[in-house]
Amino acid sequence: MHHFKILEYALSSLIRRKFKNLAIIIVYTFTVATLASILFLTHSLKKEAEYLLADAPELVVQRLSGGRHELIPLEYGETIRRIPGVAQVQPRLWGYYYDGLIDANYTLQEVLPSHSKLPMLQGRLPQNPGECSIGAGVAEVRRIGLEDDLIMVDSANVGRTFTVTGVFKPESALLTNDLVILEKQDLIDFFDYPADLATDIAVSVRNPVEINTIAEKIKRQLPDTRPISRSEILRTYAAVFNWRSGMMLSVFVAALVAFCILAWDKATGISAEEKREIGILKAIGWETSNILEVKFWEGIAVSLTALLLGLLTAYIHVFFLNATLLTPVIKGWSVLFPTFRLAPFIDPYQILVIAFLTVPPYVVSTVIPSWKAAITDPEAAMRG
Amino acid sequence: MLKHRVFIALTALEMLVLSLLFFFGQIRADHLLATELPQLRTTAGALQLTDLAIWTEARYTRHPSQADRFTPFQDFPSALEHFPAGSIIAPSSFGRSNQ
Repeated sequence: MHHFKILEYALSSLIRRKFKNLAIIIVYTFTVATLASILFLTHSLKKEAEYLLADAPELVVQRLSGGRHELIPLEYGETIRRIPGVAQVQPRLWGYYYDGLIDANYTLQEVLPSHSKLPMLQGRLPQNPGECSIGAGVAEVRRIGLEDDLIMVDSANVGRTFTVTGVFKPESALLTNDLVILEKQDLIDFFDYPADLATDIAVSVRNPVEINTIAEKIKRQLPDTRPISRSEILRTYAAVFNWRSGMMLSVFVAALVAFCILAWDKATGISAEEKREIGILKAIGWETSNILEVKFWEGIAVSLTALLLGLLTAYIHVFFLNATLLTPVIKGWSVLFPTFRLAPFIDPYQILVIAFLTVPPYVVSTVIPSWKAAITDPEAAMRG
Repeated sequence: MLKHRVFIALTALEMLVLSLLFFFGQIRADHLLATELPQLRTTAGALQLTDLAIWTEARYTRHPSQADRFTPFQDFPSALEHFPAGSIIAPSSFGRSNQ
């Protein structure tokens, strides 16, 4: 009962300075919402990348020349095929195309022989020359759909027309937004690739335990190559979206610094009015511990409200509004940028981290200056 | 003695709404894991995709897993990184493990 009375007094005290406290709650909520949005977004992207890329090629072998990725001779594939433990070798052809009409980059890729009916594709994959399948982003920016024509300028500066036979569903935009799938010979002609070269080679391995051993053998037999394993692909995405990534550092740290300034402002002093109030309370017989309890409950009321409102805002922002406000920050100069339709994977550990990063510092920064005022002489405190 | 009751009720309501959002979010995530995400994974596997199509502004941001950490600086020695997404994403782990 005693604590409820103290809480009642603390709330009355907050309401007396309602505009100031409301402003603090708004800024605090915004800071928590920013921190939580980044954490929710990066965690969901990391989980989705982990799940979706689990069927990526076990090994991708690139050729390097002068430190740059170069086209790889098809005969390298034959050398790799002879390594014991290698199940399948698939030379891949793909490249980038800059579309000057809309200033966007597409990823052009050949249709692989293993391609069957894809669940995320409306229509079908190209089967004949002059056909293509496109991602939802390409369809949107070029304002085309099934059976329309996609015109692109090839490496000889000649315009080529492809009939759209398939459009990837918007739900798959995270993977296929900028893709243009062409028939193999079309892609070779488009980029004027030499017939005996491929962009890279995908390698399947019979026993997953042997992937690293086979990668070492490839590197030994073909020293100008670079094998990239599936685990390295997955590790890349774990690194891209982890705590130390640039996305976290640029937005997360900015929000954290804003919060520190808020807490610092609270901690470095209390207003003359608050000092007078503490002095009066001491003069009428309140114990220092009672005053500290009042300030503790004031801090808890503000920080808990802001924390919960911030988490609610962040959840709605990321999972209902597709992280609309973060998109301009993350987008950079990408013209084709997928709409995030993320599965709401939440890590309880991150919620705890946000709570510990925000609530205790604020409560401490509310209590400490009040403690300083509470241990001074009531008369001096009342005089401010 | 009304204010603390209102505060406790409001806080409890916020916690309840948040718990419900997390709970239904988990159900939705499980549903997506059972329905849509396997289809996406099949698509990624069939097309042999190695990266998410998030940043399409440069080669090394479109396919971070296929690029070196020094790719942005390959144009000429000590070239400056000039794509915004390049400063948003972290360097590929590949560079550290295999180079």
